[in-house]
Order: sequence, then structure tokens, then C-alpha cells
Amino acid sequence: MKNLLEVDIKVPNQTKYLRLIGQIGENVAGTLQKFNNSDPEELAYHINLVLTEAMANAIKHANKNDPDKDVHISINLTDDQLSIKVYDQGQGFDISSGDIVTPDPELEHGRGVFLIRTLMDSVKYRRCEKGNVLEMHKLLHKTSNNTKD
Amino acid sequence: MIVTSKDYDKAVVMNIEEERLDAHNSNELKNELMNLFEEGKSNIVINLQHVRFIDSSGLGALVSGFKNAGSREGSVKLCALQKQVKSMFELTRLHRVFEIFPGEEEALASF
Repeated sequence: MKNLLEVDIKVPNQTKYLRLIGQIGENVAGTLQKFNNSDPEELAYHINLVLTEAMANAIKHANKNDPDKDVHISINLTDDQLSIKVYDQGQGFDISSGDIVTPDPELEHGRGVFLIRTLMDSVKYRRCEKGNVLEMHKLLHKTSNNTKD
Repeated sequence: MIVTSKDYDKAVVMNIEEERLDAHNSNELKNELMNLFEEGKSNIVINLQHVRFIDSSGLGALVSGFKNAGSREGSVKLCALQKQVKSMFELTRLHRVFEIFPGEEEALASF
């Protein structure tokens, strides 16, 4: 499993940084043109969305909007998967592990985790040294005509 | 959040002049909608032509507006969704909740 790209970033616990992190995700997705998971524009949106949702959960639910805390994000790209880890410094939040069920469309909340679980191939949330980490993986399938790249 | 609103005979058109609708600015959208409701305006078209990205908080703010308008016997309708934004409505089944139109004229004509 060849490591192609690694991005490590720590940002203050503020929602104004969601745009920055989302944009970094889009740029990383831009390097994935040779994979056929989806069209490049859609994949970029999905990576932006997953990072935005995970970081917003860390800021609001785990770190309880505490401005003295940080969110640490690690994006790791190998030749067969994209891994995203979002570390918080709080008590954690609930991430259901059962079947993925579409939330009632008339509810105002509860879509964030649904979107993450729908768009990624595996999602885990566990305790770590200073808080918790949300680990998300997306498998990448090379197109048949450039597998020798 | 930059929002412009224009009154028409049957509804108000609210144009969201932002590229992103996310957890950073979704509460501002809720407040902008609440201001219209408090002015007695409950038939609203939200033009999303500039919105390139929406997250679950942005969707939630729109649902909040939709429900508030309904409780005032009005309605919130949407128009000019970009391709990826529209796909979020489909993924979350919200395209079955909102009336979605290609442009302002079609949305206004539906009231």
C-alpha cells in the first residue's frame, strides 16, 4: 500500500475554519482523477462534505464550542484508499453503528452522521489519548485502462 | 451572511449570495427567514443559484424555514439549485419535501 499523500492540520475549534478544511478536501480529491469512484466534481463535493460534517460535529458536539480547544485533521491517501481522521478533545458524541437509515426528511437535525456513513465505506469513532477520533475510509478503485499507472 | 430579498405580489424572493451554506452560517439563514415571518411574509422563494455547497446544517435551516412557513399557512419553495446541491436534496429525500423550480419565475408562478 503506497503512501501517496499525507496532510496533517490543526485548526482552532471554530466553524469559520470549515470552509478551509472543506477546500483542502476538494483539492486532495482533485488528485484522484485516475480513479473511477465517481465523477471528479462529485467526489470533490463528497470529500468536502464529509470533512465539513465531521469537523462541525467535533466543534459543536465533542468540543462543545470551547474556543480554547483544537480540531486535528489527518488526511491520508494511499493507492487504494482515502483515510480521514478527525480528532476532538471532548467527551465525544453519539454515532450510531446500526443500519444506515435515511433521517425523517422533516427533521431539522440528524443528517450529518447519516451523510458521513452513506458517503464513506467505513466509519469508526473511538477514544484516543486526548479525546476521540472519527476514522473514515473510502476505497478507491482504479479504472481498468490505467491500472498500470 | 449576504442575503438580498425582493417583494413580489405573491411571495418574497430571497437570494442567498453565498457560495457555502454550512454550520458556520446556517443560523444566520434561520434568522433571516424568521425576520421575514415576523414581518408577516410567509410565502418565500429561496434562490440558491450562488450556493455551490450545502451541508446538513444548511439543509436543516431550510427545513426549519419550511416548517415555520407551513405553521403560518405559507410556504418556502426553492429554485436554481446547482447540480451537486440538488443531489444532496435527493440523497436526504428532501426533494420530496420541498417544491424545487428551475428559476424564480416558475417558482413565483406556483403561488
